[in-house]
Amino acid sequence: MTDRRSGNGHGNGQIDGHGNGRLVVEDLENMTFQVHRKVFVAPDVLEREQRSIFDKCWVYVGHASEVRNPGDFRTRSVAGRPVIFCRDRQGQVRALFNVCRHRGALVCREREGNARQFMCIYHGWSYNTDGSIKGIPGDDAYPPGFDKRGKGLVPVPRLAHYKDFYFANLDPDAVDLETYLAGAKDYIDLVVDQSPSGRMEIISGTQEYDIKANWKLLVENSVDDYHLVTTHSTWLNYMRNSGVNVTPAKGHMLPTKGFGKDLGNGHLTTDNPNYRGRPVARWISVYGEEAKADIDAIRKELVGRLGEARAARVADTNRNLCVFPSLVINDGSSVTVRHFHPVGPDLMRVTAWALGPVEETEAQRARRLHAFLTFYGPGGFATPDDVAALELAQQGYAAWREVPWTDLSRGMGKSQEQLATDEGHLRVFWRKWSELVEPRP
Amino acid sequence: MSQAVNPAAMVTRAEVEDFLFHEADLLDNWRLDDWLGLLTDDASYYVPPNDKPDGDHRFTLFTVADDIVRLRERVIRLNDPNCHAEYPPSHTRRLITNVRITGSEGDLILVSANFAIFRHRRNEAAPRQFVGRYRYKLRQTSAGLKIHERRAILDAEELGAMGAVSFLL
Repeated sequence: MTDRRSGNGHGNGQIDGHGNGRLVVEDLENMTFQVHRKVFVAPDVLEREQRSIFDKCWVYVGHASEVRNPGDFRTRSVAGRPVIFCRDRQGQVRALFNVCRHRGALVCREREGNARQFMCIYHGWSYNTDGSIKGIPGDDAYPPGFDKRGKGLVPVPRLAHYKDFYFANLDPDAVDLETYLAGAKDYIDLVVDQSPSGRMEIISGTQEYDIKANWKLLVENSVDDYHLVTTHSTWLNYMRNSGVNVTPAKGHMLPTKGFGKDLGNGHLTTDNPNYRGRPVARWISVYGEEAKADIDAIRKELVGRLGEARAARVADTNRNLCVFPSLVINDGSSVTVRHFHPVGPDLMRVTAWALGPVEETEAQRARRLHAFLTFYGPGGFATPDDVAALELAQQGYAAWREVPWTDLSRGMGKSQEQLATDEGHLRVFWRKWSELVEPRP
Repeated sequence: MSQAVNPAAMVTRAEVEDFLFHEADLLDNWRLDDWLGLLTDDASYYVPPNDKPDGDHRFTLFTVADDIVRLRERVIRLNDPNCHAEYPPSHTRRLITNVRITGSEGDLILVSANFAIFRHRRNEAAPRQFVGRYRYKLRQTSAGLKIHERRAILDAEELGAMGAVSFLL
């Protein structure tokens, strides 16, 4: 297919001969795009990612609906740091390092709850929900001039939200969130527009699981439609058995012709005409006959509020969105918000939730959750096979020195738009990754 | 329960244990079509999310929430070599203990039990361990005990290193 100048590497761990030592090699002349598999195994690459990606980019923290009331909190890991994501007693959303100023112990141990204060169990230092210091036992022992009031919990350097999705940035000098999100905002809007009031909520129940693979493989996998037919044939069977038409469109690998898109700043998405049903608002047989009228009503509300064209955009397309580096919002069989972070080069921790409009009736919410589990999650009909594929890839990288290059050249020769089954949108991620991790002098 | 027959009084713990041990044997041996034969025609199977073990699947995102239609599809999937997460199939061993008949609900017998499931995967030296409790709703039929509902509730706060629940828990 492509003319590879350096086939099988040199077996000595060097990246020589091909790419001049670079890990991401785009060769426009020969139309190849290759990534060196060192990026999936090397601890020093992970360290560079931590410093130049996770410490510099806007990283997902949580959704406003998770801290709805004053005092509500969730403990989270943000770029590997322990953080309390909370709404203070005055109603402001905060992200505070979950670290006592005295000796550094975590001050909040629960996953979630409602608090009046956070108290360290070690020496009893306590903090208000806005992070300010509340009490230091025996504070008369500190010398005069000891800055007690300056000993509050440290907030993350930057916290901002776009339509209730909260992000933190450890870099005080980072560009503002909306500039950072660039074209990804339009695709978040398409998700949020499903709610009549523009208010979506995280539904209770968290799917938190490890994948024994490098985190970047999940970025690729979340937006890669090329793998669907082989990796997810049992899901396709399930849909077919349930009366859903999953026959590939003429000349295509998938039932509909979808696209992969560059949203700027390393963000990317698929954009596919729907065939797999949508709780808002496209009926499929899996939902049952009794759901038809309800889906019609949801559709009618959508058209009334947004007009025909925008309603069709919201209700008739599926979009797997990746916000660089590691937030994925899949608006497909249902909506899932999926965030992940590396634990090591060959291990990631994934946290996933379901998202839905706050106005949903009981029946609509139950349908959304049922639809979610047809595909997504560690017990779904598809995600476990994605995990299997990623873990197999990671196992293959034990031979990264001998078989060093991953190929992402699909679609490179095309003059027209990149399909979702091409790899143009995956290349968007890798170009951004390369720009940050191996900047050109 | 007043005058109605209490179904829980019509069965012994030993009978329930034998039934659960038989079920475990079928699952550990991947005799999944036979296992379907233990279910009522309106059976359901739930794995609540680790952080909401007492949640309701209509309002809470579960790990698994199958009605009988999807449960049959799940078995079709698990029997398919293209179920990549379970090919080659994991070797599982279920230890089922602390079996108790806890009450009744209409014609259903309520049963609780503890489980420890060791799941050995291709190429992994150490097993992945799934520990928790079962909540069953059984129905006595002319063909013997049948499962109307089974709920496998994991103890861990996160799925974490267990990874996927790609087999029948």
